[in-house]
Amino acid sequence: MLHLIVFSVFGLVCVAGAVNLLVQRHPINSALSLVVVMGSLAVEYLLLGAEFVAAVQVIVYAGAIMVLFVFVIMLLNAGVEDRTKGSGVALLFGIPGMLIGSVLVAWVLLEHSGTESVAVGALPGSPKVIGWLLFHDFLLPFEVTSVLVLIAIMGAVVLASQPGSVQPESAQPDKREV
Amino acid sequence: MVPLSYYLVLSGILFACGVTGFLIKRNIITIFMSIELMLNGVNLSFVAFAAQWHALSGQVFVFFVMVVAAAESAVGLAIIIAVYRTRETLDVDRVNLLKL
Repeated sequence: MLHLIVFSVFGLVCVAGAVNLLVQRHPINSALSLVVVMGSLAVEYLLLGAEFVAAVQVIVYAGAIMVLFVFVIMLLNAGVEDRTKGSGVALLFGIPGMLIGSVLVAWVLLEHSGTESVAVGALPGSPKVIGWLLFHDFLLPFEVTSVLVLIAIMGAVVLASQPGSVQPESAQPDKREV
Repeated sequence: MVPLSYYLVLSGILFACGVTGFLIKRNIITIFMSIELMLNGVNLSFVAFAAQWHALSGQVFVFFVMVVAAAESAVGLAIIIAVYRTRETLDVDRVNLLKL
């Protein structure tokens, strides 16, 4: 019962943050509500017994990635976005279609999925077990992700560097940024 | 004890919010954040199914999804900076040419 209460509270916080992300017009408010979503998702992971995933969620997602987002928003001085005018067809078909689809999916999941309850901590996802899996069964994908991250770093540096900054004929070669 | 379907419904709500934001938002950074929201919804269903079927590899896949999301956000934000440098805007309606 207590688990259900904790799940409901943080699930509601999570959904409220997601809806707030859609409603807010300034990107910095959207970014902060996304932090709320990620933090409450970490609690849901802890409820499922996934300690490692919860820690990585807080450190990588709510920490590193969101800092990157906020940094870019402030760097580009992003302002309030314009509202779209909206289309009548989307209002006419989209909202009823979305309601029907979501009610159908929720009904099927809740009534006919035949899934049992998830016991809290039934599957201890401690860092030790996850690390053993990562370095034995998933060693090759793990190494491939390191190559992927390396390529991503190089791509980000190339894309974000100033276009004229790597040319050797710039006026002050000592002070140029690379 | 929380039923697995509750987790799946929460995951579906998050994914739907992400899709909606991707479609209705006009700021390119907010669109990018909606993609992250979708990835988070998928991660939640991964972890829930891992707990349901006692398969820890689901949590390892969440780790891989997070790595790909981190790489994607680094490259994507660099692209946003490059777009802003040439277009002076973050509105996707005004970024309608692939050519920089």
